[in-house]
Amino acid sequence: MQAFTKITATVAPLDRANVDTDAIIPKQFLKSIRRAGFGPYLFDEWRYQDIGEPEMDCTNRPLKEDFVLNNSDYQSAKILLTRENFGCGSSREHAPWAIEDYGFRAIIAPSFADIFYNNCFKNGLLPIVLSAELVDDLFSEVAAGYELQIDLEAQTITTPDGKVIKFDVDESRKYRLFNGLDDIALTLKQSDKIKAYEAERAKRAPWLFVAQ
Amino acid sequence: MSAQTLYDKLWHDHVVHTEEDGSSLIYIDRQLIHEVTSPQAFESLRLQGRAPWRTDRNLAVADHNVPTTDRSVGIADPISRLQVETLDKNCTEFGITEFDMSDLRQGIVHVVGPEQGATLPGMTVVCGDSHTSTHGASAALAFGIGTSEVEHALATQCLIQKKSKNFLIKVDGQVGAGVTAKDIVLAIIGAIGTAGGNGYAIEFAGSAITSLSMEGRMTVCNMAIEAGARAGMIAVDDTTINYYRDRPYSPKGDDWYMAERVWQKLHSDDGAVFDKVVEVDATTIKPQVTWGTSPEMVVSIDAEVPNPVDEYDVVKQKSMQNALQYMGLKAGQAITDIQVDKVFIGSCTNSRIEDIRAAATMVEGKKVAKNIKLALIVPGSGLVKQQAEQEGLDKIFIAAGFEWREPGCSMCLAMNADKLEEGERCASTSNRNFEGRQGYGGRTHLVSPEMAAAAAIEGHFVDIRNWV
Repeated sequence: MQAFTKITATVAPLDRANVDTDAIIPKQFLKSIRRAGFGPYLFDEWRYQDIGEPEMDCTNRPLKEDFVLNNSDYQSAKILLTRENFGCGSSREHAPWAIEDYGFRAIIAPSFADIFYNNCFKNGLLPIVLSAELVDDLFSEVAAGYELQIDLEAQTITTPDGKVIKFDVDESRKYRLFNGLDDIALTLKQSDKIKAYEAERAKRAPWLFVAQ
Repeated sequence: MSAQTLYDKLWHDHVVHTEEDGSSLIYIDRQLIHEVTSPQAFESLRLQGRAPWRTDRNLAVADHNVPTTDRSVGIADPISRLQVETLDKNCTEFGITEFDMSDLRQGIVHVVGPEQGATLPGMTVVCGDSHTSTHGASAALAFGIGTSEVEHALATQCLIQKKSKNFLIKVDGQVGAGVTAKDIVLAIIGAIGTAGGNGYAIEFAGSAITSLSMEGRMTVCNMAIEAGARAGMIAVDDTTINYYRDRPYSPKGDDWYMAERVWQKLHSDDGAVFDKVVEVDATTIKPQVTWGTSPEMVVSIDAEVPNPVDEYDVVKQKSMQNALQYMGLKAGQAITDIQVDKVFIGSCTNSRIEDIRAAATMVEGKKVAKNIKLALIVPGSGLVKQQAEQEGLDKIFIAAGFEWREPGCSMCLAMNADKLEEGERCASTSNRNFEGRQGYGGRTHLVSPEMAAAAAIEGHFVDIRNWV
């Protein structure tokens, strides 16, 4: 997994609440058995005029000009600014895969859906929760060339005029994201604890340890 | 020990280890696997040279991509076919039990799990699908996960989790005729919003919940995720115990009696403290219909499409305007005046035998309206389909002009050939009315099986409380 340390990047404003994972990556693209290549189909129905199909070449597809990602001001954006309950709906990890594959590294919103929030950390994406008021302020400031600096270690966002906003993140999630660590390798180091748990649990719930 | 909630008990029962910041390693008793969110997990296991920790705690079934028409001809779409074949291959390679497309037990993963007794009270249950919350109906801690966690659970039989907060939703009183489990949960989502449960595990309680069958309880817990909660759950009672007796994967012999004793404790203790409590009066709930593009955009059947100008929150007002435009509806329009093009009765929310029976009761001796282009009944599993056929329900539907299909997710998310065309409007018993969910440009109205069946007969929504 790609580590997240510090970035300074353009911000793309997606001014909608309850953006669901069906909107982030429509279901036809979930038929892929690969993990990469979802970026061109990110927000497919909002981004293109035609109906997207898996493996389609997107270079010449007609664009919906009013969609934020089609605005030339935000082409190199690595930070997505959006509204509450971002990523609600399906658990599809294809949603963070598509966002990351497109080039985003961080998402700022007043709230995220739980499963999506969790999935971001497995994919080098930093979801940042700020108060609705702070998010409102950022929406009012965003314009062409507007950049934010995000520092995970310091847990700060710095605006172009030097204002510093603190954000919260769990220590263990931060540690793994900052170092780009593989969760499974870390968990397997605790194999002895898992086996001890199983031995103890087998006494309390033997039916879960009958071979099926 | 102080009084615990059901969620507290389930959580503490599965903690392997807790870090200083509260993140815990949680043991997973059952993983359900389907074709859409697992291929990358298996591929990664292969690349890392890792084996599953316990193959027997996994159960796989293809459901999202499978055709609901004649299975003997295979899957026409080569990309869907490859995904289903990949599941078959992965399960063979890693030694995981799979109910393949030709197996009578095949069906929607969240219908198959409880039906087989593969998901049981007191378990932790995960699946790469957000509607895993369904299994909480049996007092299990069940929640949806992403593909990285599917891989993590396969490789370690554990997940790294942080404990959620406790949310009690108490629904007391008896619902009126024509009001179902689906209406209860839609009314709850309408009241607390789709983000109302974010960060919480919800326990549903109260007399309106305990008087539901297991099927009804599954409908309620299924949509906990639509209220923002990863997990929804209901305490064990006799209904739960009786449901799991003699299921193929249920405990046998002495294990059953021991399990029964253990399961009886799966309820919140008197005096247990919840971080949030919402009380709902069941007697006030009417049949529900969603009008917008989020499950919280829901009203009663006798209401009108709401007007965004009445909403003071500007973000919500904008969402409402977007939704009205997408749905092709006007503020003030009576819900009963909304004509539908297609009807879908199925999905992990409402495709169990009780749902099929309820819909059949509504359509018996009647005909689907002329303006309905397609009315689909998609049973949740091969066993539900078989049961319904033994009861002669298939004949009732076919005589009325419905199509009687093979089990799968079908038009809930339109990954197979069952979908809405652009602009088409559907009365659907599924769980999400998001833009494009049932097909590009398709318009979804979420309702109960009874309401969907009546809409098929009349061609528009009707108040089933005074419909004969």
